[in-house]
Amino acid sequence: METLLVLAHTEPDGSVAGAALETLTAARQLHSALSGGTLVVGLVGESVQPAANRLAGCGAARLLAASHPALAQARYSTDAPAAEAMARASQASIVLAPATSRWNRVLPGVAQRLGGRVDTHVASVAASEGAVSISRWYYRQRMEATLRRSQRPWFILIDPGVYAPWQGQPGAANAEPVTPQLPENLIRTEVLGFREPAIEARTIRPEADVLLVAGAGWTKKQGDGQSKVKDAEKLILGFLKLARASLGSTKSLVDLSGEGQAVLSFLTHLNQVGQTGSTPRHPKGLATCCHGEEPHTVGWRFIHERRAINLDPNCGWARGKADVLYVADAFVVMAKANELLAQAGAS
Amino acid sequence: MSCAYQIVVCGSVVPDPLQTLEPLNGPSGPGLRNEGLLPAVLDPWASHALYEAANLARKTPSSKVWLVSLGPRAKLQQVMMTVAQKAPFELLALDGSAGGFTDSAETAALLADAIRSIPTLDQSRLLLFGGWESASRGAGATLQMLGEQLGITDQFQGVDELTVNPDGSLEILERVEGGKHQVSCCAGPPALLGWATGNLPEPRNNPQVGMLNMRTVMPALQRAKPARLASDGLTYSIVSLPKQSRETRIVKDKTPDDIAREIVDWLRNGK
Repeated sequence: METLLVLAHTEPDGSVAGAALETLTAARQLHSALSGGTLVVGLVGESVQPAANRLAGCGAARLLAASHPALAQARYSTDAPAAEAMARASQASIVLAPATSRWNRVLPGVAQRLGGRVDTHVASVAASEGAVSISRWYYRQRMEATLRRSQRPWFILIDPGVYAPWQGQPGAANAEPVTPQLPENLIRTEVLGFREPAIEARTIRPEADVLLVAGAGWTKKQGDGQSKVKDAEKLILGFLKLARASLGSTKSLVDLSGEGQAVLSFLTHLNQVGQTGSTPRHPKGLATCCHGEEPHTVGWRFIHERRAINLDPNCGWARGKADVLYVADAFVVMAKANELLAQAGAS
Repeated sequence: MSCAYQIVVCGSVVPDPLQTLEPLNGPSGPGLRNEGLLPAVLDPWASHALYEAANLARKTPSSKVWLVSLGPRAKLQQVMMTVAQKAPFELLALDGSAGGFTDSAETAALLADAIRSIPTLDQSRLLLFGGWESASRGAGATLQMLGEQLGITDQFQGVDELTVNPDGSLEILERVEGGKHQVSCCAGPPALLGWATGNLPEPRNNPQVGMLNMRTVMPALQRAKPARLASDGLTYSIVSLPKQSRETRIVKDKTPDDIAREIVDWLRNGK
């Protein structure tokens, strides 16, 4: 019999994030598939009661909560003992957690403390005849494996965007307190805050319905022999604003910025998708002026509907990988698209 | 105030990202077809960690960089021919599999033993670097497990920037959700930093640095201990390439206005 612990950290307002609700869905499905065992929910944060109330009706046999001012900050030296205390208190054999930056930083180390094992970036969890298996990607999303482990506790970090968020009704929860041994006199790290671009310059929006992928073609010389980087910037930023899209970029375009060339000023390595970048999950993706073969196109592996604009009908980004390839000049098409989006927004 | 750092960078070899990869199931578990023949490179994020380490050591007198690498000896030798020209370091090699299907806990245990064997290691000056994820397993788990075994509880992942403050404390920028960086201040070593891209370009090849490094690299490779990765308790049932080929509709004969209209309809209405 497995004891499943869903481990969630709370947000600054005490709520629980969507990624944790998605993990709860995965855990509930696994719990049903195992036809037995125990489902436990553990919450970690400065304030946990709003999250506990949100999850009151999730069907967990126990609801545990570790609440402490030091847990307001995402920090290894305090998060690790809190997660460890939760795993011990629940006697979990399997710990499921959302693959947030906070848990990704900490939970592999907690698995080590407990003599367990960890798998991250998990894309699905299943059970058959009482045996739990997971699937995840290897070699930067180029091959997928399904695997089982005999070691326990087994920490499984589930990538956001894979499961639908649990939609149950909130209630009034009475969580069991768990007191972690926080090294308060030995805290050597202080979280000072967050650094992010100004609101108008924010180009990464994980919650967006569409990902615009900009390739190096935007900076190349156009028909008149001149590059039109400023025009490209205006078109791309305009589209991001009007379509409420997130921006990804190919490695080649980001690398140009590192080499000091005049390129898109708002682009950073955080925008990079692909082999050495991220593989974001969005319902739709529009690739513009992108070139490259399989190793580079993993950047939109998890984009559901894909379209591309490129002057090359044999573009490796699109052939066999996009649903539609428009053979056209992206400068002209995007200008018109922005015009139409603006009209639609005004009407 | 600053101290001379002992910077240990963990990084292994991965197949050149431009190579076609195909899984192969063998008696000892999954691997890659022709794995031994594929050209290899130093893992991209570990490379960034190495360049950042070299940069920090250059700015901090008396600091030293070690590169601890677990991989097949022949592959390590091939990759070190290039990497040794990029930055000064002392190599500590382990002769074993660098494949993605090995277990991060076992890798961490081997690396911990190797790091503990450094005779002059001083925990109070130790900065443990590595890539926050590899381009093979891509788990982002090995460093944390390694840090635990070395007793380092100030750990940072997805690091893009490290600044040493005048008082010796470390200001660190880590990637978090939504294109943001979390800014933290750590009192100083020991600390563990899993690097993302950082801010430094790839250094140019410097033959002088290469010659200096090779004096220690070749003996280190000859001394490399065999490292056994058994993947105990781990069973792969399927390893496969994704079936991602789509029927792409090629649109060549529409005006830009029509294409823009079609795209906007698709974005707004799903058509």
